[in-house]
Amino acid sequence: MTGIIIDTVSMVFTLPGGGEVHALNNVSLDIKEGELVSVLGPSGCGKTTLLNIVAGFLAPTSGEVRLNNHVVKGPGSERGMVFQQGALFEWLTVEQNVAFGPNMAGKPKAETARKVEHLLDTVGLSDFGEKPVYQLSGGMQQRVALARCLANDPDVILMDEPLGALDALTREKMQGLVLKLWKETGKTIILITHSVEEALFLGEKLIVMAPRPGRIEKIYELPFAEQGMTMSPRDVKASVDFVEKREEILSMIWEMEEEIMGQATA
Amino acid sequence: MKDKKQPSDVAIWLGIADNTFTRQKTVKFGDASAVNSGRFYSILIVFALGALWVLSSVMGLVEPFFWPTIGGTWDRLYLLVTEGFRNTSLWEHIGISVYRVISGVLYGSLVGIPLGFAMGLSSTARGLFDPIVEFMRPIPPLALIPLIILWFGIDEVAKIFLLFLASLFIMTIAARSGVSSVRISKVHAAYSLGASKLQILRHVILPNALPEIFTGLRTSMGVCWGTVVAAELVAADKGVGSMIMIAKNFLQTDTVVIGIIIIGVIGYAIEMLMRFLERRLIPWKGKG
Repeated sequence: MTGIIIDTVSMVFTLPGGGEVHALNNVSLDIKEGELVSVLGPSGCGKTTLLNIVAGFLAPTSGEVRLNNHVVKGPGSERGMVFQQGALFEWLTVEQNVAFGPNMAGKPKAETARKVEHLLDTVGLSDFGEKPVYQLSGGMQQRVALARCLANDPDVILMDEPLGALDALTREKMQGLVLKLWKETGKTIILITHSVEEALFLGEKLIVMAPRPGRIEKIYELPFAEQGMTMSPRDVKASVDFVEKREEILSMIWEMEEEIMGQATA
Repeated sequence: MKDKKQPSDVAIWLGIADNTFTRQKTVKFGDASAVNSGRFYSILIVFALGALWVLSSVMGLVEPFFWPTIGGTWDRLYLLVTEGFRNTSLWEHIGISVYRVISGVLYGSLVGIPLGFAMGLSSTARGLFDPIVEFMRPIPPLALIPLIILWFGIDEVAKIFLLFLASLFIMTIAARSGVSSVRISKVHAAYSLGASKLQILRHVILPNALPEIFTGLRTSMGVCWGTVVAAELVAADKGVGSMIMIAKNFLQTDTVVIGIIIIGVIGYAIEMLMRFLERRLIPWKGKG
């Protein structure tokens, strides 16, 4: 069985001053190969912790994550990451950033150059290859980050709020790009986001997490990513079905937030 | 706006009139960007000081023992350039001081940068060297001169060792803080792209630390220039510092003044050169 299996993962952080935080409590999830799963939840629900465990940056207190039947023990190039921002190498040009993975692996230069050219074309940055990354806008930088991740041809792409720092319009455009890349490459993608709309629009499967302790509250199977490939994104997001789901999930998350506030003031 | 006369370009360049953008601001006091260069006054003060010097020279207002006449200083400069000072050419005096500074900064960097990296990357290295670095950091290098004279005497080794110490701790601290400042998402990204530890050191941590290392180099050059002059005042027979000290013994106030001007000009030139190199070599500074 290929894909990612998250098997009863718990994460307990011990605080320096004593006391414990249960960031994740017995989280289990099967993600099939080629699936795009979005993860949503109020702050403190452990979604970033979960992603860091899958990426191999954190070791779970108990349980394990398996990718293609291998237990995840640390970071690896088969699991690419796209971060919110500031994870590009500002001392390199756009091309050099995208070529970073293949260059580290010692791949032939000519082959890498062709790959980089193709990827920059895919993300719409053909004319920017020679530019230093710091001269690019936020949206363009995230395009570079996507291309850099794809250049390594990972099995899984882990996205930690990749569009979180972008303005609303750029964000919508980038959602279209993520959808397009997912369709073209068939990669398994886990996307962490704060935006209900983004999670609904991009996720084939939407995981809603709840805090204290971090756990999976509800799983939705969604048709919108499929629709987004043929219909215009605005039409999908304006459909009755979409709006209903959006309101349902929003009120669910509001309730969780209220509960946290209640606990904090009690 | 319409009835107001536009100030001329010359007035704007001289910094006595607001440029087009600043004129539109209603709040100027407290807005540092609304303060003009005041170049006119800079030119004025330079000429005024020059004129004062000429005037006092012509009228003999100041005893040359305290401050030389402008004519006498010019003649002395001509003598220094053509004949040198005490059998050593002026260029050699300047050259040896610059050579000492560059050697000191070079050795300080060669030891300090790896040391700072080790302290930023390993608990053992940090634990071992932290007390030494933190203790040495606030000590002015000049306070070490007596000890260094006791150890090495007053020859060349002593001076370069002093400058080595002066730059060592600056470079160590700069390199350490450069290593510590790397954003963890960059390191994580590199690991996820398949980089090994050595590759992360070479391709992520090192370039990320370069801006701070370069700032350290600039500070080092400045501190070492100040230290070398002071060290030469104490004990040396060559170098700009020793030149003005010996000149003082012969009551050659004009040579002393020329020496001070040379020290200032070279210190300024070093700073400008380092800033130029920084812009050329590390254009990504502050852009992460």
